Amino acid sequence: MATLKLEKTKGNSLKRLRTLLSGEGVFGILLAVPALLAVFILVFVPFINSLLLSFQRHDLARPQNDAFIGLGNYINLLADPRYIGSLKASAIFSLVSVAFELVLGIGIALVLNKAFIGQGFVRGLIILPWAMPAVVNAAMWKWIFNADYGALNALVTQLGIVQEYQIWLAHPVSAMALLILANVWKETAFTAILVLAALQGIPDVFYESARVDGASTWRQFLHITLPMIAPVIMVAGLLQIIWGFHHPFELAYIITGGGPYSTTELIPLRIYAQTFRSLRFGYGASIAYLTSLLLMIPAVFYIRYAYKRIVEF
Amino acid sequence: MSAWFRKLFLYLIVFVIVIWTIAPFLWLIISSFSYKIDLLSVPLQWIPRRITFENYQQLFSYKGSLNVNAALFTKSTMNSMIIAFATTLVAMFLGVLAAYALARVKFRGSNIYMGTMMGAQMIPPIAIVIPLYVILRNLDIYDTHLGLILVYLSFVLPLVIWLMRSYFATIPAELEEAARIDGCTRLQALVKIVLPLSGPGLVSVLIFAFIASWNEYLYAFIYTNVDAKTLPVLIGEFSTKLGLEYLKIAAAGVIASLPPIILALIFQKYLIKGLTAGAVKG
Repeated sequence: MATLKLEKTKGNSLKRLRTLLSGEGVFGILLAVPALLAVFILVFVPFINSLLLSFQRHDLARPQNDAFIGLGNYINLLADPRYIGSLKASAIFSLVSVAFELVLGIGIALVLNKAFIGQGFVRGLIILPWAMPAVVNAAMWKWIFNADYGALNALVTQLGIVQEYQIWLAHPVSAMALLILANVWKETAFTAILVLAALQGIPDVFYESARVDGASTWRQFLHITLPMIAPVIMVAGLLQIIWGFHHPFELAYIITGGGPYSTTELIPLRIYAQTFRSLRFGYGASIAYLTSLLLMIPAVFYIRYAYKRIVEF
Repeated sequence: MSAWFRKLFLYLIVFVIVIWTIAPFLWLIISSFSYKIDLLSVPLQWIPRRITFENYQQLFSYKGSLNVNAALFTKSTMNSMIIAFATTLVAMFLGVLAAYALARVKFRGSNIYMGTMMGAQMIPPIAIVIPLYVILRNLDIYDTHLGLILVYLSFVLPLVIWLMRSYFATIPAELEEAARIDGCTRLQALVKIVLPLSGPGLVSVLIFAFIASWNEYLYAFIYTNVDAKTLPVLIGEFSTKLGLEYLKIAAAGVIASLPPIILALIFQKYLIKGLTAGAVKG
């Protein structure tokens, strides 16, 4: 029985190999492998390398102390107030940003879905912040937030909101708020575009029959629009949470440099400081890993969702 | 009356959305064409009474400002061009072939393949920055075009594959089957039938790839020093080190934004389709 089974699997794998090597399969593999190899070498090998690095004490400044220390870096991290602080800062930055991006993005999409003169033009315009280089976005807002000559101070004093020019970036709360503003301005475009596309996919008959039933605009939004755009909101929200942790390096580096008192030192900045300023490669890698691990939860949700989409495609 | 009021309200909100979207960038443009002395006045004049091109001239001319190294600006712009074009071309070549195979040819592990590409986009760049740095150093391609092009493939390639695959899936397979019955090989069918039909898809993916490479900051910031420094890195340096040279930063920022913004505005219809299919980070 066992041998029979063995032979059967052997036959199966032979057959499998044959289909693999038959014209179609080989052709597919030949086309697909170079790209896969490139991504593997450029992303996954370094990612695994980083994991190994995170188990080591690897300080370029003190090479004599280099050693394998297992989970040592991770244990130190959990007791490192600056790591906890930057994790908190990143969480606030990311979650508050996403909340605003979703509300504004949905609002903008709902308005742009209505008929008005110049609709095409305005729809095109909202892609502008998305297309702009992130570093220019950062430099632009830094100039706007400038304490002495910035447009923000000019605006709020001319509107009579404050009497005197303020040093906005010197105060922890306003520094974080302005960093979020700069981020929300750029990232809202993405959510708005996604939601707008979803809105355009809702058949008009849904609204027509709701109107026949006498449903108010608000009820139509709650019972038709919202459920129809919910999947898109999920995807946009999850992605933006992940991106909010992974990508705001240049934004924070240029606008606040992590200050005041490290209150806006987001995770990418913390990793950069540990790795390339303190030259603690192992410790820096462990920060990147622990944070990625924490973000696995939204990432898994996102991947599962997007995967379902390809299968359904 | 109520309908009229609603209309007015709608236009009012549209106006607010337009202002919110363009005001910061418009201010950057206004600043870049202003004299410093005009912008330093309190209360601030929102619309300057005179304009100047000196902020732009100083970026390109070798005399003028002492702080901004004009030669560096021209060189960084060239570097950005070379790196973005080369990355885009290589990624398109490898990515289109892979995407075609994934969309049409049934082979084992194609689902895992797509999962891998998606996973690659979920890995934070800063987590692979250190090993890549070591690799670039060991291969002696730190601070070179080649080094940065290779690194950029790590995020542009998954993007191209992801988007092209979903585009190819929208092209009916019957057309190729007919061509293959007439004696075309798979590769010929791809080149002669599928690619000519994929014009809009190819254009939008090409632009996504170009914008992603052109705008990238972190890798360029860490992997370049002098020779291969890109425009975003130079702008970052300007705005962290230059102190009061805001107007030159504004001019440099406007120049760096022009290629992606112009491309995005021209091809917005295609891009919006791609954005919704592939969720592309700006």
